[in-house]
Amino acid sequence: MSSAAVKPETKTKTDTLLEVQNLKMHFPIYNQGIFRKRVVNHVKAVDDVSFDIKRAEVLGLVGESGCGKTTTGRAVIRAYDPTAGKILFKDTDKGQVDLAQLSREEMRDVWKNIQMIFQDPYSSLNPRMTLEQIVGEPLKNYGILDGSALRDRVAELLRLVGLRPEYMSRYPHAFSGGQRQRIGIARALSLNPQLIVCDEPVSALDVSVQAQVLNLLKDLQGQFQLTYLFISHDLSVVRHLCDRVAVMYVGKIVEIASTDDLFNNIQHPYTEALLSSAPKPDPRARTKHVALQGEVADAANPPSGCYFHPRCRYATDKCKSDTPALREVTPNHWASCHYAEELDLSA
Amino acid sequence: MADLSAKNLAIEEETIAEKGASIATPRQLMWWKFKKHHVAMVSAIILILFYVVALFSDFVGPYNPEKTNAKTKFVPPQAISFINGEGKFSLRPGVYGLIEERDPETLRRTFHVDKSVWHPIYFIVRGDPYKMWGLWESDIHLFGLDKESDGVIFLLGSDRLGRDMVSRIIHGGKISLSIGLLSVFLSLILGIVLGGLSGYYGGMVDNIIQRIIEFIRSIPSLPLWMALSAALPPGWPQTLRYFGITLILSILGWTGLGRQVRGRFLSLRNEDFVLAARLSGARDFRVIIQHMVPSFMSHIIASLTLSIPGIILAETSLSFLGLGLRQPVISWGVLLQEAQNIRTVALAPWLMIPGLAVVITVLAFNFLGDGLRDAADPFGR
Ligand SMILES: Nc1ncnc2c1ncn2[C@@H]1O[C@H](COP(=O)(O)OP(=O)(O)OP(=O)(O)O)[C@@H](O)[C@H]1O
Ligand code: SF4
Ligand SMILES: [Mg+2]
Repeated sequence: MSSAAVKPETKTKTDTLLEVQNLKMHFPIYNQGIFRKRVVNHVKAVDDVSFDIKRAEVLGLVGESGCGKTTTGRAVIRAYDPTAGKILFKDTDKGQVDLAQLSREEMRDVWKNIQMIFQDPYSSLNPRMTLEQIVGEPLKNYGILDGSALRDRVAELLRLVGLRPEYMSRYPHAFSGGQRQRIGIARALSLNPQLIVCDEPVSALDVSVQAQVLNLLKDLQGQFQLTYLFISHDLSVVRHLCDRVAVMYVGKIVEIASTDDLFNNIQHPYTEALLSSAPKPDPRARTKHVALQGEVADAANPPSGCYFHPRCRYATDKCKSDTPALREVTPNHWASCHYAEELDLSA
Repeated sequence: MADLSAKNLAIEEETIAEKGASIATPRQLMWWKFKKHHVAMVSAIILILFYVVALFSDFVGPYNPEKTNAKTKFVPPQAISFINGEGKFSLRPGVYGLIEERDPETLRRTFHVDKSVWHPIYFIVRGDPYKMWGLWESDIHLFGLDKESDGVIFLLGSDRLGRDMVSRIIHGGKISLSIGLLSVFLSLILGIVLGGLSGYYGGMVDNIIQRIIEFIRSIPSLPLWMALSAALPPGWPQTLRYFGITLILSILGWTGLGRQVRGRFLSLRNEDFVLAARLSGARDFRVIIQHMVPSFMSHIIASLTLSIPGIILAETSLSFLGLGLRQPVISWGVLLQEAQNIRTVALAPWLMIPGLAVVITVLAFNFLGDGLRDAADPFGR
């Protein structure tokens, strides 16, 4: 068991599996005319986001609700057609491809290697299919297994996620939220994907169950050298699981660094506010409390300059007019704040 | 790996509470939920009964609905009695004879019960000959008087030509009940195809279909039905007229359904399990047939059930106004049309009983639809 939990030293994290460059996902806002809808504005849900994920690495994506995390994840797997940008993915069969350029039929092949675990364990499982049909669907659709071989594989997958294979002929309604999430994990694992986008996989679960599902995800990652894009708004979850973390605010990445670096050496005021507003495991641990005040900016009409300036306690006039670029403040630690070097931030 | 799964099995967090519910199929869940809706259950039973009776109308009705009898015009409904002509109790039910009288002042003929004559009712008895479903000849009826008997059995009275109302209502149900189903079926096809196109493809197709639906819905339905039915060539045979009316009713009926199907498609398109199916390599066709249609079909059936009463009422209204079906076709609307004068209301109120059949049917469909709608989504969280 312990061998699965501890990451093997041999793991090479130099091989880039996914490289996202200047990804944009703008949703049009329509004004309904009589026959033709008129585009009046755009929600810039994801605006010029770049990051990469190495093989067998877990990249966390954090931020407040509505900052574009889900949209980023869904654009990466091409559930949406991105407005602009490149999504370079090293596919086992095709070599490096730009997912943004692929047709739907070509994407269908890539989905053998990219899967998703959903936030809502209720809406992500078809209530009219049995576990066997749900978990076996990818294997069947891609013509990989059939008949008793398929059943055996489904049984193996169920066992792997901690469910009894005898449950195979039951329907999802018989299971609790945590168990349903395990079913979703089994489905995502069925094709041995290289990349799994986990969109807040535990936030809909009871607190008592969250840790179990997180541990399962962590164990599976170690065991199969999986690569996760792990979306969450819970920093303690991210700290527990991720190798690197990207912090998002209003469609942009404002800070990205290795987990240790990010938590110990904050370079962006938004990260500081996010960390200090998170509930502390130990309430007696005294830190200066930087509460996040005000509302998240509207992605359709973002503020001028630094998007965070209306809520930033360090904001100056410069912040209102000049947009800070995402730059490498210390080696491999990127942040987009004019004063990243000057400010001494801590959570 | 073995030890990993063992650990996970060990931490399996929740045990399954109800054994029964946990292995039930979605269909069973729906059935359980539907069964709890007692009114809907009763309605379903009533409707099944109505449809079975309509299907076997020749057999169930005691007379040929067209058989006129000059001697028995406007006979009021007869009561069933277990006391025979000699005043003795009999296990076999029967009806008393009738004495015809003429009111000396108004010269109106009325019927009085003659308790000295008693005609026993027999079950599975020979009577008027008929051709079952146009296929084979028979003269067996569910109940009736002996063939040789000189009495009559008019449990719901007789009309101005001495025809039996029970038989006529039962035969009328054949048309009135089937027109609802047929028209709803046509609406369903139109609604699913057009609503599906609209919802799945969106864009210009969606726009055009939506504007057509809005246009059709903006026309008041009764005048439109009237105009269209008035436009049916009067020379058409009755069967063609029947299908014409059905078509007219569904032309308006599909719009509501089309809207619903479109809405379901739109909302399901963004449902996580549909995305999951696509990620699982399912192509469009499989996504639609395997994942989307089954999850809204039960809702569609429920709302279809709720739209049948409207169609039955529409047929009744049109026929009542003389624009729908006409004599000699029998439908509830046609029967009501014959009852549409003050004289009838005052002197032969039993001729309005077909209206009661309409009311019961409409209510039953509404209750059934309610029950189905509640059962359509059995996966309460
Ligand atoms: N399909 C869509 N059409 C239009 N706007 C959208 C769509 N999807 C998301 N948005 C908008 O994009 C923004 C980002 O949404 P997104 O769901 O990515 O946020 P999130 O970070 O995942 O938030 P949460 O924590 O609530 O899940 C929101 O303002 C949302 O309203
Ligand atoms: S650029 Fe200015 S407003 Fe933006 S985070 Fe830095 S200090 Fe705050
Ligand atoms: Mg989200």
